[in-house]
Amino acid sequence: MTLTKEHILTLLEEVKDPEIPVLSLVDLGVITGVEISGEGHVTVNMTPTFAGCPAMDYMKKDVERTLEKHGITSHTVTMSFDNPWNSNKVSEKGRQYLKEFGLAPPPKYDLILDLDILEYAKCPYCDSENTTLRTPFGPTLCRSMHYCNDCRQMFEQFKPL
Amino acid sequence: MNELAIKDLLYKLADDQLILGHRNSEWTGFGPILEEDIAFSSMAQDKIGHSLAFYTLLNELGEAEPDTVAFTRNAGQFHNSQLVELPNGEYDFSLIRHFLFDNAETVRFEMLSRSSYEPIAKVATKLKGEVKYHVLHANTWIKNLGASTEEAILRLQSSLTEALPYALALFEPSKYEQQLIEAGVYEGEEAVKAEWLKRIQAVLEKTELKLPELESITPKYGGRYGEHTEHLQPLLDEMAEVFKIDPSAEW
Repeated sequence: MTLTKEHILTLLEEVKDPEIPVLSLVDLGVITGVEISGEGHVTVNMTPTFAGCPAMDYMKKDVERTLEKHGITSHTVTMSFDNPWNSNKVSEKGRQYLKEFGLAPPPKYDLILDLDILEYAKCPYCDSENTTLRTPFGPTLCRSMHYCNDCRQMFEQFKPL
Repeated sequence: MNELAIKDLLYKLADDQLILGHRNSEWTGFGPILEEDIAFSSMAQDKIGHSLAFYTLLNELGEAEPDTVAFTRNAGQFHNSQLVELPNGEYDFSLIRHFLFDNAETVRFEMLSRSSYEPIAKVATKLKGEVKYHVLHANTWIKNLGASTEEAILRLQSSLTEALPYALALFEPSKYEQQLIEAGVYEGEEAVKAEWLKRIQAVLEKTELKLPELESITPKYGGRYGEHTEHLQPLLDEMAEVFKIDPSAEW
């Protein structure tokens, strides 16, 4: 069988963010490229969400394990800032999964992070926009903590970046 | 571009992040409230990650592996500012240092994101977004506490006065300053300082805190050239303790 980029991306759907198990690395937007050489060598390029995210190394190893599991032994997985991640790269499907998981998806923005964007969050439980940022640092580097003034619950948001 | 000048710049960026990251991590388990414990711990993680990004660029330029560079040098080989190595002190001092440092760092990253030296530009473009959250955190607390009770204002004012000579030394010029500016690597330390000053003044104006006359302050220079306070070496000894017992240990 000849390997295709689409085939590899389908395999990588199996690899989930260890801290947000509903989200695949493809939906998270950290897979920046897949190349297959004439000899069948597979190169997967990745980029970190947050530079200090301790899960990135784990995800890289998980990609390698998944390729091996499917019999792809000739592979290279690289991590670089060449095509840096931003939260707009989270797919529509990924956003839906995040919301169902109880985590507000990052608001889409025009890549100029101003204070309004950082403070804005839509409650994943009742869809209210009447919310307050409580702290920009949550249980993981990629989450901030907010309070919904309507349904009066604390919730977390995947930070816009 | 002169490679020594680029390495000098990368070392000072990386070392500042590593050492302040370590200091921030010392708040884990000791924060005055849970959210602050988490905030300083998260910023520690971010900063260690930022140092890794810069040490990786150094590694690509022929320097040793990031872990080796981080864990095997002595104080005299570090290029961090003295500001970041000072002990955490009370929460007011840590908060003031965080406010002064991260406002400067965000200006530096913004300038470096436009750098003519592409590897630094890519990393800075990524990191400037992350540091925005650090600045948001610092500015929010300074505005809240700096306009609150008499004790809070007195404590912050005293820490501000104590930290400023060290903060001004964040902008100690490199011996390659002119070359870096001429090559378009970034606008240089004087430019970073001027923009930093505007930003911290805008926040302090909303509080009862007073910025002392900067002209009368002698900056505590030396850090960029390997001169450090007595606090750095014990920090390094502690940080490298596991690495020194077993360099191949994974944890």
